[in-house]
Amino acid sequence: MTTRGIAFVSHETIPPSPPPGLSLGPVAWIRANLFSSISNSVMTIVGLAVVFHVLSAVIPWLFLGSIWNAGSLTECRSIDTGACLAVINERKWQFFFGFYPAEERWRPFAAFILMFAAIFPVLFSGASRKLLVFSVIYPGLAYWLIWGGSIWGPVMVFAGPGVGFAVWRYGGRAAGSVMDVNVAGMLAMVAGALVTIIWWLFLVEPLDDLVTGIVDIGLEPVQSARIGGFLLSLIIGVSGIAASFPIGVCLALARRSNLLIIRALSVGFIEFIRGVPLITLLFVASVLLQYFLPPSTEFDLILRVVIMVTAFASAYMAEVIRGGLAALPKGQYEAADALGLDYWKSMRLIILPQALKISIPGIVNTFIGLFKDTTLVSVIGLLDPVGIINPIRADQNWNGIVWELYGFIALFFFIFCFSMSRYSQYLERKLQTGHR
Amino acid sequence: MSEMVSEREVDASKLQISDEVAIQITGMNKWYGDFHVLRDINLTVYRGERIVICGPSGSGKSTLIRCINRLEEHQKGSIQVDGIELSSDLKNIDKIRSEVGMCFQHFNLFPHLTVLENCTLAPIWVRKTPKKQAEETAMKFLDRVKIADQARKYPGQLSGGQQQRVAIARSLCMNPRIMLFDEPTSALDPEMIKEVLDVMVDLAQTGMTMLCVTHEMGFARQVANRVIFMDQGQIVEQNEPEPFFTNPQSERTKLFLSQILSH
Repeated sequence: MTTRGIAFVSHETIPPSPPPGLSLGPVAWIRANLFSSISNSVMTIVGLAVVFHVLSAVIPWLFLGSIWNAGSLTECRSIDTGACLAVINERKWQFFFGFYPAEERWRPFAAFILMFAAIFPVLFSGASRKLLVFSVIYPGLAYWLIWGGSIWGPVMVFAGPGVGFAVWRYGGRAAGSVMDVNVAGMLAMVAGALVTIIWWLFLVEPLDDLVTGIVDIGLEPVQSARIGGFLLSLIIGVSGIAASFPIGVCLALARRSNLLIIRALSVGFIEFIRGVPLITLLFVASVLLQYFLPPSTEFDLILRVVIMVTAFASAYMAEVIRGGLAALPKGQYEAADALGLDYWKSMRLIILPQALKISIPGIVNTFIGLFKDTTLVSVIGLLDPVGIINPIRADQNWNGIVWELYGFIALFFFIFCFSMSRYSQYLERKLQTGHR
Repeated sequence: MSEMVSEREVDASKLQISDEVAIQITGMNKWYGDFHVLRDINLTVYRGERIVICGPSGSGKSTLIRCINRLEEHQKGSIQVDGIELSSDLKNIDKIRSEVGMCFQHFNLFPHLTVLENCTLAPIWVRKTPKKQAEETAMKFLDRVKIADQARKYPGQLSGGQQQRVAIARSLCMNPRIMLFDEPTSALDPEMIKEVLDVMVDLAQTGMTMLCVTHEMGFARQVANRVIFMDQGQIVEQNEPEPFFTNPQSERTKLFLSQILSH
């Protein structure tokens, strides 16, 4: 044992050298990823064969032999064997806008284009913060463009929170001079919220009528029943997504709150909504809700559906975000507390940015699910794209056509859902600060 | 452990203790459910004191200093920090927390913010300091913990020792009057312990009141004016470092010291 020498000293540093020839370059990549073993090689060949088989059937059908101009399915078949896209060509406006008046179609189209301007500053933090003002007024603008009527209706609805804010701000200051500042602040906040609600319930309509009587700026009103197609999917989907996210965050925070009543209400809401199929909620929206409302109230069906879809998605959203909150180490909460940040500041600056980042895949999953679930509204008689298809298939000219119609709808949903998925991946990469 | 700090120069004239009381704990008790974690704690800390708290795992030493800024709630007795009684009044708690800095074993830096943003967050949002001024203060303290060149990086890109120094700078940016350290070096690799202890010694020489849960006995000998030994939720022995290490009185202290010094 003692005779075996174990002492060793290295007197020079070994310089770095490039890896051996075959580990870099395209040939190496193909070898490593496609033909690394016998089973991998077999999989590669079988996979390529399947892809080739599918494409060789789809491409001629869709591109080479497809017919864009024909009056009926029989006419299509007499021309060529490919896809009969003439049906989509003939009914395209129904697919896009439902039975929206032809001469007014520029309005939903403008709303659609402006939507991108409104979501841009929300999605990309590089954009100027001032653009967010447009994002805030966009819902009112889009409502006015799509449904028409007097512009003063949406303006008055938007004025409500403004008046409430003024009451909170200036009322709080005035009251603060005669009583304890904190009590005054609380009272002013409650007063502001009450004023907003009273404004919405009792003042919006008379003020709308009054101002419209003086200065009438309006568009031709369009009935909800005429709105359909992708327009309807987008109205329900986008409003649902935009509203369910903040509601979901609030529900998740409430569910983790120390305040028993708040927590119980949140748990009750989430468990009830999650425990019920969306279809039943939609039937409640279309049929039952009328029984609970005063007989004179006109409560738009699309609005009722949006509320139900939002409630449904918020419950799922809350659970996804709760998972993110639970995944944060306790030390983050403690460090925020130890620096003297109050609850709302620590949530806003420390906890939520991290929890939401963890939850991005789940949040986007919920968004995508919500967007596709909008097709369920065809069951309660709304004319979303799926609802548009049924009368077409019942039409004698197009009887028997299936693939083209459903494929077209699938393509529309795929474009939007895939974009959301790509955006979420971009966002995850952007927020990755761990090890760069 | 002790040899790592032995060559450090400490200017004893800078280690001044005043007569002003910084923390007053009287008859404090705490339970986790049925479990009695802290038993009748009485402790008076004067401004400028450097106190090292040691003891076996589960002895309640971390819980004790976490009670001082209300990360844990005590059920009986009283704690006064800077003359303010710790009660469940939220305003008081936030006020005390902004006066008392704390460093954690696992640093607890905010990973989604840069080093500089970590340091300016609380001054900007709690103290309402203008951003520019907060950044200047932050750079001053980052420079003092010798990490100013990393200010634009994210915590995940730094080593453990660097992260702990940032955590100390983050606390100092609030201009605390008291600093609490909860095992600041126990999650660090040996070669990084020294850089953190250097910063802490430097801090002690500015006259900061420090309460430090640690097993770095070299640090305790060099800068502490008091060592407290805790076991089973109570203060068993406290003394000046020299007599504490050379002539411990209680059997439990002797056993503990023999275990940590002989490994």
